[in-house]
Amino acid sequence: MTDQLKKILLGEQGLVVIFIVAFALVSLLVPNFLTDRNMLGLLQSVVTVGIVACTMMFCLAARDFDLSVGSIVAFAGMVAVMASNYTGSILLGLLAAIACGGFVGFINGVVIAKFRINALITTLATMQIVRGLALIASDGRAVGINSPDFYQLALSKLLGIPTPVWVLAVLFCVFGFILNRTVFGKNTLAIGGNPEASRLAGVNVDRTRIWIFALQGVVCGIAGILLASRITSGQPNAAVGLELSVISACVLGGVSLAGGRATMSGVIVGVLIMGIAENAMNLLNIPAFYQYIVRGVILLLAVLLDNLRSSALGRR
Amino acid sequence: MSFLDFSRITKAYPGVKALSGVSFGVDKGAVHGLMGENGAGKSTLIKILSGDQHADDGEIRIDGKVQAYSSTRDAFDNGVIVIHQELQLVPELTVAENLSLGRFPARAGIIAGRQMLEDVGAKLKSAGIDIDISRKVKTLSIGERQMVEIAKAIMLDARVIALDEPTSSLSSRESEILFALIDRLRGEGKVIIYVSHRLDEVFRLCDSLTVLRDGKLAAHHTSLKGVTRDQVVAEMVGREISDIWGFRPRKAGDIRLKAEGLSGAKLKTPASFEARAGEIVGFFGLIGAGRSELMRLVFGADPRFGGSVTVDGKLVHAADPHDTIRAGIVLCSEDRKHDGIIQGRSIEENINISSRRHHTSFGVLNRASEIATAETFIKKLKVRTPSRKQDIINLSGGNQQKVILGRWLSEQGVRVLIIDEPTRGIDVGAKAEIYELLYQLAEDGMAIVVVSSELPEVMGICDRILVMCGGRVSAEFSRDQFAEKAILAAALPDTKTPDAIAS
Repeated sequence: MTDQLKKILLGEQGLVVIFIVAFALVSLLVPNFLTDRNMLGLLQSVVTVGIVACTMMFCLAARDFDLSVGSIVAFAGMVAVMASNYTGSILLGLLAAIACGGFVGFINGVVIAKFRINALITTLATMQIVRGLALIASDGRAVGINSPDFYQLALSKLLGIPTPVWVLAVLFCVFGFILNRTVFGKNTLAIGGNPEASRLAGVNVDRTRIWIFALQGVVCGIAGILLASRITSGQPNAAVGLELSVISACVLGGVSLAGGRATMSGVIVGVLIMGIAENAMNLLNIPAFYQYIVRGVILLLAVLLDNLRSSALGRR
Repeated sequence: MSFLDFSRITKAYPGVKALSGVSFGVDKGAVHGLMGENGAGKSTLIKILSGDQHADDGEIRIDGKVQAYSSTRDAFDNGVIVIHQELQLVPELTVAENLSLGRFPARAGIIAGRQMLEDVGAKLKSAGIDIDISRKVKTLSIGERQMVEIAKAIMLDARVIALDEPTSSLSSRESEILFALIDRLRGEGKVIIYVSHRLDEVFRLCDSLTVLRDGKLAAHHTSLKGVTRDQVVAEMVGREISDIWGFRPRKAGDIRLKAEGLSGAKLKTPASFEARAGEIVGFFGLIGAGRSELMRLVFGADPRFGGSVTVDGKLVHAADPHDTIRAGIVLCSEDRKHDGIIQGRSIEENINISSRRHHTSFGVLNRASEIATAETFIKKLKVRTPSRKQDIINLSGGNQQKVILGRWLSEQGVRVLIIDEPTRGIDVGAKAEIYELLYQLAEDGMAIVVVSSELPEVMGICDRILVMCGGRVSAEFSRDQFAEKAILAAALPDTKTPDAIAS
């Protein structure tokens, strides 16, 4: 019996099993959890983390790291609001935000891949630079949205489900496909497994890494737009600490910080576990201060589980 | 009953039965050889002995007492010490500090330096080990470090000492010192387990011998009197191998690869050579002679300072593996672990990593054709694995080498295959398979460049041998000129005698 349990928990799908059990428990024990309204609220609350986690997964899988995501999200949101206010065209605003996000990511990638600067240091630097740009552009104040159509991005619904949740779902599918079914995805995992061997096997390691960071920037741009629309303004101080939540969600989802191991389903589960924990705690009126502790404990447990699983599989 | 007894040791890993019911005993004051092909279960047995892994079934008894270790520390405390190929010393500490690590003589947390030096010095003197114990370990040669490892075992009053391929990186003089030390330990009544691939060492040193094959006991000799080398090889492989090389003559065609005046950061003197279609060219030399460095320049793995590479008369413009592969040059590196396998990924992905661009449309993979490619090469190269999905890290060295070969053979249009140390760490059976494969590829018109430190190997399989010494090509021999002495002499810098590297 215990052997069987061990096998299930430590197997490939262990995390999914735990997630289902946790979900069932929370549904039973927490009042008002399993209602349509709460479910939609839950999904909406994980949109930002979930979107950014898609590309953070690639970053970590290639043995890289990106701390600048929170700043890029805030900066891109700022750009979207200011550019659409200035030009009067929402579309131009959105394109500008995505282009700016992609540009910052591209710079990250070039510095890391071509100049061989440690990813942690590089993105620590751009994290501050970009946050600074957002503050300068707005003079440190929130910038309101002129066109009410901009709100509609976050408010509109399709088949009763808010647009941002649809965007999240589409990105999950797209990046899951990219990871498993494209040369780019497989090369990413190979680089994380062994960068030098990948280079000698003909993988263009530098270009792949630049692409990963540029994509990360683009995706942060999308997240920034949706966030600005939800909070109805461009806030230079938005998404502070986002990078840690995103990395936590990825690690929870079984992405190895040592690189070479990542699954989209794992990351989705990781994002949802974080969301459910927070949601349940809110429903139970647990004070915010305690929530930090719970989040930390969940993360530690997840990493411990991952460690057990690795040794059970005889790796490392 | 013997002093050290292995009884029905069984251990399974996912998909592989590493050991099944292995039993044998070793007496006190004996050096016991442990031989077998890669993947035969030697390392697993040693790991179980050292407490690093647990047997699924069976037990180890020392002096009649069952040993149940939960960790290597436990094994330590019970006087069982394993000295691994990768030495476990702290380079920044002195010899004396390394030997006292974990047991520093101290008062109130302050190390009693003089007492430590005295203790260690006295212990080593009585064991006959002559090393300056105040030197930092990082300043010692590999041979000296090995001595320190053994000294560690002596310091701990070990009863059982297992040595895993101890001479693999020692010079012949250093090996002699090691053998003398082992003799002395034997005299003191220790049990020594000696794991080695080298038959001459085993025959010279060991009193008794166990041969493992496919996780089972293939033979146990309580004495080596009357046992022949051929017999032991047959026991390891499970069949007689008469001519491991199986060389067969081929006709060389036109010049395929032409490397002219290549130089780089690690190869100062420009070097040139060529290889013809259907030809197997061997590069022989000492470690550090510049062979691997030259090959890395040809492949574009390291930046070139000067020179050019042409394939079939066409200049290979860029110098990056990404481009040279497309020009038809591939390289199997000598350091498989660092430069070859992608750890944590499946055999399938390791095979397809380079060639997958051939079966994609707009960057999207064709899964069916990837799977088919992987299955084809697993079968063709006889990779021993339960599934293509197996993590490559779980394969033995020989099987990993085959997967890397599969990676390159699945590439289209390979014209030049450079293979650095093709059979390092690979057992006899797999060796013959790899040689046969090279012959077939050459017959199909590929130019093959083999870099090897094993003279018998290059002499056995190559049509032509180039010798490198001190960063330049020092001599060339065609097959009818092959002579061991002359090739060896060309590989040696003037200051060394052939004896120094004969090991």
